[in-house]
Amino acid sequence: MNQNFPLLSFLILAPTVGAIILSLIPGDRTKLLKMVTMGVSLLVFIVSLPLYFGFDESRTAFQFEEKHEWIPAFQATYHLGVDGLSLLMIMLTTFLMPLIFLASWHDIKKSVKGYLISMLLLETGMIGVFASLDLLLFYIFWEAMLIPMYFIIGVWGGARRIYAALKFFIYTMVGSLLMLVAILFIYFYYGKVTGTLTFDLVQIRDLLFPENYQIWLFLAFGLSFAIKVPMFPFHTWLPDAHVEAPTAGSVILAGVLLKMGTYGFLRFCLPLFPNATMLFTPLISILALIGIIYGAWVSTVQPDLKKLVAYSSVSHLGFVMLGIFTLTHQGLQGGLLQMVNHGLSTGALFLVVGMIYERRHTRLISDFGGLAKQMPIFTTFFMIVTLSSIGLPGLNGFVGEFLILLGAFLTNKWYAVIATSGVIFAAVYMLRMFQRVMFGKLDNEENQHLTDLSTREIAVLVPVVAMIILIGVWPAPFLNKMEKSVDHLIRTVHYRAERVQQAPALAPLELAEEDSNKPSDLELKMAKAGELTK
Amino acid sequence: MITFQDFYLLAPEIILTVLGFGVLTLGLIFPRMYRETLIAIVLIGLAAAFFFATHHWNNPAATAFYGMISVDKFTAGFQCLFIIAAALTLMLSLNALEEKYLLYSEYFALIIFATVGMMLMASSAHLLTLFLGLETLSVSLYILAGFRREDAKALESSFKYFLLGAFASGFLLYGIALIYGSVGSASLAALAARLTQNAGVMEQPLFMTGLALMIIGFGFKIALAPFHTWAPDVYQGAPTPIAAFMATGSKAAGFAALMRLLLAADLMTAALWQQIFWVMAVATMTIGNIIALRQDNIKRLLAYSSIAHAGYILVGAIANNETGYAGVLFYLLSYTFMNVGAFGVVAYLAKAGQEYVNISEYRGLAYRRPFAALAMAIFMFALSGVPPTAGFLSKFYVFSGAVQAGYIWLVIFGVINSMISLYYYLGVIVVMFMQEPEGEKTPITPLPAVGIALAIAIFGTLNLGLFPGQWMDKFQTLARSLM
Repeated sequence: MNQNFPLLSFLILAPTVGAIILSLIPGDRTKLLKMVTMGVSLLVFIVSLPLYFGFDESRTAFQFEEKHEWIPAFQATYHLGVDGLSLLMIMLTTFLMPLIFLASWHDIKKSVKGYLISMLLLETGMIGVFASLDLLLFYIFWEAMLIPMYFIIGVWGGARRIYAALKFFIYTMVGSLLMLVAILFIYFYYGKVTGTLTFDLVQIRDLLFPENYQIWLFLAFGLSFAIKVPMFPFHTWLPDAHVEAPTAGSVILAGVLLKMGTYGFLRFCLPLFPNATMLFTPLISILALIGIIYGAWVSTVQPDLKKLVAYSSVSHLGFVMLGIFTLTHQGLQGGLLQMVNHGLSTGALFLVVGMIYERRHTRLISDFGGLAKQMPIFTTFFMIVTLSSIGLPGLNGFVGEFLILLGAFLTNKWYAVIATSGVIFAAVYMLRMFQRVMFGKLDNEENQHLTDLSTREIAVLVPVVAMIILIGVWPAPFLNKMEKSVDHLIRTVHYRAERVQQAPALAPLELAEEDSNKPSDLELKMAKAGELTK
Repeated sequence: MITFQDFYLLAPEIILTVLGFGVLTLGLIFPRMYRETLIAIVLIGLAAAFFFATHHWNNPAATAFYGMISVDKFTAGFQCLFIIAAALTLMLSLNALEEKYLLYSEYFALIIFATVGMMLMASSAHLLTLFLGLETLSVSLYILAGFRREDAKALESSFKYFLLGAFASGFLLYGIALIYGSVGSASLAALAARLTQNAGVMEQPLFMTGLALMIIGFGFKIALAPFHTWAPDVYQGAPTPIAAFMATGSKAAGFAALMRLLLAADLMTAALWQQIFWVMAVATMTIGNIIALRQDNIKRLLAYSSIAHAGYILVGAIANNETGYAGVLFYLLSYTFMNVGAFGVVAYLAKAGQEYVNISEYRGLAYRRPFAALAMAIFMFALSGVPPTAGFLSKFYVFSGAVQAGYIWLVIFGVINSMISLYYYLGVIVVMFMQEPEGEKTPITPLPAVGIALAIAIFGTLNLGLFPGQWMDKFQTLARSLM
């Protein structure tokens, strides 16, 4: 493919263009609407493949960069790019979208058109969040993405959908507005120190903030990300949103939206505020551990399948946070991989739960039992997905959790001990659920006439399960893609944290890969600004 | 000596005044004239005024009529804004409900005269011109607010606005007199010169009282707390397009006058005035937002929301820097689009003899009137400041000015208020999209003019939110010329 092809812009804009095309098609031609949507999402996935295969894993710099002027008055640019941290997230998004449309083929009955348009706009927002390298652009995607999700939960959700949608929107917005203040502060602080104003992350991350500023900025950014993750104790919106959202909404929520929180920590909090990161590491680790255990325990007692999976997300995301905040190579890699894994396994769990719900219109565990006899194919898929969620060796979950535990053990062995107990609890609630749904006597009258999965449903699950197994037995290609970026991130955090401690004054820094003797652009700029003020 | 140049500088006002009288005369000669013809004439006149205003934008700043009028980028920018607001208001007036009683050419003429008043306020270089402009605006609006003569609510609205407005004008005039007494001139340039010459004037009780009284006068027009209480009642009783006009155009005119005064007296550098405005801004947005939470009438809800927005806009003026002032202008422009749009949807939905004002009547609107519901949703998101709408960037703009000036806490209050406001704006969306439709499917009355106005408002709201670059550049040059 041509090097100059704006791949990322295409990925971001194609779904929006698709949504505009949909809006021109009459609303009662549902079949056509679905076909077009499916076509667009498949196209986006296919076009995103060169992103993965063309990504040069030996470089830490941003790749596939695009930079255009956007709001000159604020020096805000349309700046996109991917590195090892965002690559897999974008791939996960483009991979899940066509599956979701296929899965919800018959799911949505009410105003199909609006639903499909919302979903496509959501895809634009999600890819935009992962690809933007400009703080303002990032913020706009981050917030704008709430609107379609709000409608998806609120219009096509379950009985308590309005409450859930409102809670989801307000929780997320509350967090992000403080982030906005922090972004503004960074913008002007950077301007004061260097003499130039910019929202460009690539330039801003060269700047070191004094420690007391870092703490406030970390809190402002961190709150918004922590709500999104969601970290204990900010998780209460999640079960509501998950339970009320339609299946496709839950899959997107679990698969991609939650990852934006952890991604935010990786992209912004760690490199920009290294000292604050170090300072808050114990607190966040402990909250992550509480999340792991608490999520697992609450899952154990859930009577509702979807709620069980929702709470298990709290537990799994706790693992991711723990891994990231070990600030070790293994922990971070594990955390990042686990973000993908959780997207696949929990996404698949929601799909599976959605399939059974479509047949029985109930999600209560007690309504089921002995389904294995009636639905053997379904049971097989359910089994694989369950085991992947537990972290059985040979499946994807194991690789991620193992790396995270390894990282945790290197920093504080008690963290590892407690987290490991989380793995055991996961086995308890997942297997207990599986046993009660699948085995035992097929004594419920209504369950005796359930049909097994249709070809369409199998087509939805096969790619996911294939990825689950692939990552489980051969994680190297995925780990390789992120290796350099993770390594660079860890070195950045440690190196920069020391620089602040040595000299509390501002120290410009470029963690150069080749030569560190040459003064960076920033140093030159600051020298110039200094001359001007003299 | 008054030359041709003076008249050229006053061209937008002159054109509109002639237009206003022309419309009145036309109404006398052809009482059965089609409203469509009339509105076409008015829109052409507004376009001519707009053309001259943009001309003035590109010309160097100048004063006219012995320093009574000053025409610069500030004037031109505000005048363009007023003309946009007036044009949208006029187009909204062609809805099914107002059909009956807005047939009169007086209605059109009064809107035009109100616009002339606003323009004079923006171009005034002298406190008396300012007062004249304000009175021209106010008197037109008193009548317009009560235009629905047979409705008790409209009469209440008009009377309340008139009584309180007369007091506010009195305060303003009294303040002008006191300032004249302490400075010796009512010219803004002379005022500025006197203050740089002798900073002690600022501390004089006479001068301070004068300023305070003037600020009360403007605060009333802008609906700043604690001078905001008239707004909900007046908006509720006034015809919907007029409510939109008051919330956008008249508010912007108030800001134009206030900014003229603030800049001339360099008020925001004085700690005392900073604190006063700080408190007023926080009070305005908090009161507006909190009371809006409990409204079940959409016009009252929008009235309280417009009070809250005045608070946000004031943040930009308090910042007293380039970004802040540019932000105020940008905010006022985007606010014109989104607020006229929101009121416009209300006007669009009106049936002959009945108006949709209770929020419960919007239940399931998305399934009955999808276009109206979608438009309303866009304006609600814009008003609550969610990207990618203009509402977000406007807040971002004024708040960034304040952060730059070091008012972090003011911004945090603003942000908290934005969070509160989310609840009621989303509430409208919930009702429209997430509740089951109720009642019969109302037939859609074709309203081309209202539809076009809404389309323009949507375009403005999204365009300013997504591609604000050139607009922000313009406002930035404007603000630079002020400092």
